[in-house]
Amino acid sequence: MMKTLVWVEHDNASLKDATLAAVTAAGKLGEVHLLVAGKGCASVGEQAAKIAGVAKVHVVDDAAYEHGLAENVAPLIVDLMGHHDAFVAPATTTGKNIAPRVAALLDVMQISDILSVESEDTFTRPIYAGNAIATVKSSDAKKVITVRGTAFDKAATEGGSAAIEQVSATGDKGLSSFVGAEIAKNERPELTSARIIVSGGRALKDSETFQQYIIPLADKLGAAVGASRAAVDAGYVPNDYQVGQTGKIVAPEVYIAVGISGAIQHLAGMKDSKTIIAINKDEDAPIFQVADIGLVGDLFKIVPELTGKL
Amino acid sequence: MKILVPVKRVIDYNVKPRVKMDGTGVDLANVKMSMNPFDEIAVEEAIRLKEKGVATEIIAISIGEAKAQETLRTALAMGADRAILITSETEVEPLGVAKLLAKVVEEEQPGLVILGKQAIDDDSNQTGQMLAALTGRPQGTFASKVELEGDSVNVTREVDGGLETVKLALPAIVTTDLRLNEPRYASLPNIMKAKSKPMAQKTPADYGVDITARLSTLKVSEPPKREAGIKVADVDELVGKLKALGVA
Repeated sequence: MMKTLVWVEHDNASLKDATLAAVTAAGKLGEVHLLVAGKGCASVGEQAAKIAGVAKVHVVDDAAYEHGLAENVAPLIVDLMGHHDAFVAPATTTGKNIAPRVAALLDVMQISDILSVESEDTFTRPIYAGNAIATVKSSDAKKVITVRGTAFDKAATEGGSAAIEQVSATGDKGLSSFVGAEIAKNERPELTSARIIVSGGRALKDSETFQQYIIPLADKLGAAVGASRAAVDAGYVPNDYQVGQTGKIVAPEVYIAVGISGAIQHLAGMKDSKTIIAINKDEDAPIFQVADIGLVGDLFKIVPELTGKL
Repeated sequence: MKILVPVKRVIDYNVKPRVKMDGTGVDLANVKMSMNPFDEIAVEEAIRLKEKGVATEIIAISIGEAKAQETLRTALAMGADRAILITSETEVEPLGVAKLLAKVVEEEQPGLVILGKQAIDDDSNQTGQMLAALTGRPQGTFASKVELEGDSVNVTREVDGGLETVKLALPAIVTTDLRLNEPRYASLPNIMKAKSKPMAQKTPADYGVDITARLSTLKVSEPPKREAGIKVADVDELVGKLKALGVA
């Protein structure tokens, strides 16, 4: 049976949801071990040990891992890979940053953003912005994999009782250091795990009208707020709102696209949503080809009316 | 300081790719090809660093079939000084590309290598990180700002929650995100001038790198099609649908 090491994404205080889908994917390969690397992260280790289906949690508490710098984290993982057969990370910006560095140090090809586990060496993954699905078989002895969060169910956060094992740190490599972060304030549900998303596009005109039209509708529905690249580039919202090939990949139950034409790049990020609703004044907009429910009309009239009637 | 910029020839981002009927891949015959958009941003950043007097020389490099030289000419027309083409008739995986680039890094000793964060064909997002690992250099991935400061570089990165800044000791590897800059168009005189800029032709064997693929593609298929939707006439009908979905 394969032993799989899963990267736990966290902020040194709480475990991030993206980890849970990676645990489910790893469970399809064999025995699941988790790695919690950080500073003052003991509570994360305890949360990790409760996840259903986890056999062991490796915890390493050291200043070198506080900010998840790939230069420091990758050698640590490579050490642990001496007794694991696969390394699995969620396909978040952190996972995407670290996993390829680990893969190259192990001299294996990484399998990015998998959608399914067909067998212990065969996986499916999207290519060409999700316009094609490739089934790939790895000939490497050890596997390094990143997992698309929306493609796997989340493992239960209760019910597990894994053993916690302390791991020794491999030290600061002195190549990089953390300077600071600017985390966007967002009281709403997180985009990648939200049940409902309301997303705005270029047609919103500016930042003020985006706030005025999209936010009340999202709040009424308890939805997360997303945006197309056009809306981000035009400065209506910060770039972490961006849904698409180069932004976030989401698959909520309901995705409401307001004033978004539906470019290939955007569709790549949301076309696995369960129900897609489009509001657009151009009835030929490509978004209507993927929308389950479409309403053609002026968003500046429709959205306030809709918000009022909910 | 030299800057090395790897560029990839890919299907143009405006083209909707078609899966081949036999499931062996995506049909690239007679399809418009261009420079990977993230690589254009990488070339642009290198040129801006040269314009600021930080960079002395920009070397563009591409690995792939002979036609990749068109992509290199584009980089030269934008402002790169010379180019290296490593030809391979078979597709080279990110690990193989990173190994070839590591050899070139060893030879050229660039202070910075700037790559795109991912290629829009295989969507791997691996090459830059792998190159950093193989050369033992620090990595600044998904960069939206690059500021050189003596013997280090501050890279602002686009991360899931917002932005993060890291300081990397030079030499370093940077991968570009979309918002790093707006790439320039090559002017006609510069396109003409690019034709006489030097382009070295190499093969993977010249570097002694084994590029045997580790992954084999068993099948490429169309993503599941969505069933045709309906159009509603007004807001009341839409509210009814939302209620039926249990979200309102």
